[in-house]
Amino acid sequence: MKIAVCIYEGPYNHEASDSAYNFIKAAIDKGHEIQGIFFYHDGVYNVTKLMEPPQDDRHIANRWSELGAKGIDIVVCIAAAKRRGIVDDVLVPNVRISGLGQLTMMAIQADRMVVFGD
Amino acid sequence: MLHTVNKSPFQNNALTDCSRYVQAGDVVLLLEDGVFAAQAGTTQSALLEKMMEQVTIYALSADLKARAIKALVAGVQVTDYAGFVELVEQHKIHSWL
Amino acid sequence: MAEEVKKIMFTVRKPPHGSIYVYEGLEVKLIMAAYDADISVVFMDDGVFAVKRGQDTKELGIKGFEATYGALVDYEIQKVFVDRQSMESRGMTEEDLVIIGEDEDTEEPIRPQVVDASEIAAMMAEQHNILSF
Repeated sequence: MKIAVCIYEGPYNHEASDSAYNFIKAAIDKGHEIQGIFFYHDGVYNVTKLMEPPQDDRHIANRWSELGAKGIDIVVCIAAAKRRGIVDDVLVPNVRISGLGQLTMMAIQADRMVVFGD
Repeated sequence: MLHTVNKSPFQNNALTDCSRYVQAGDVVLLLEDGVFAAQAGTTQSALLEKMMEQVTIYALSADLKARAIKALVAGVQVTDYAGFVELVEQHKIHSWL
Repeated sequence: MAEEVKKIMFTVRKPPHGSIYVYEGLEVKLIMAAYDADISVVFMDDGVFAVKRGQDTKELGIKGFEATYGALVDYEIQKVFVDRQSMESRGMTEEDLVIIGEDEDTEEPIRPQVVDASEIAAMMAEQHNILSF
């Protein structure tokens, strides 16, 4: 089954990012195709390489980048990103900035769209 | 339909709101702060019991454990992330953010 | 075989201005309307405050969006619904709702359609995907 995931909240501040990550890992383990992960609202802060959490904590941006390295399309909304000072230069590898058209295509093409937010 | 609720019912109306739109046979998954609704013996237990007359209610184990919630309202099912994925396989989903 | 047009619903449950969700959610609707999808928007719970007429954000210093709601029909977003109980329990009536366009023939103003929760639940069950915004 093709599953798309939307994440609306920033990292650490809200559990949405962790819930989404755990859900996606479980979906991959079950053999589902992750159609895409779309970051919107403050969710765009999830994939900045400027974050430097304490060593004993999870590194949220790197976690997403590792999923991206496996070929999952990870998209940061350009409109939401520009508003919040997130640009290509600060992104971790394996994620990209694109438009809301990407979210539209995910909503249309994915069998399921799961939204995590506040 | 699968309805996900991630708000504590002691602070926010999401679960009550959700209860107005469920249809018989739907499934509700409590996750994040939503799992506080699953705790037995609270002022919100009656709401869950009423909802369970027409829907099945699940609570996410990782969130229950993290919040030290052990005694659950009778009838509430516990599931993990793999179970969450299975619910998504079976149903279209709406998040009551 | 032609691909069937997918039904996508947006549910708006948050009030306006206290957070950006309603505003950025509107941006998604306007973009998605340009694609081949059967879009509907439902204002429910505190979301009904977003479609209350007469919002003035000038003094607050932020961009309002009531005027954009006025163009929803022009954007070909015609299926706009408001949950009756949410509206009434918040002291609002149909006359309080924003105008989302005007009828091409009669030029009568079009307002969101007020429906019951059971009708919304039935519509939700028919959707390909639902986005909470």
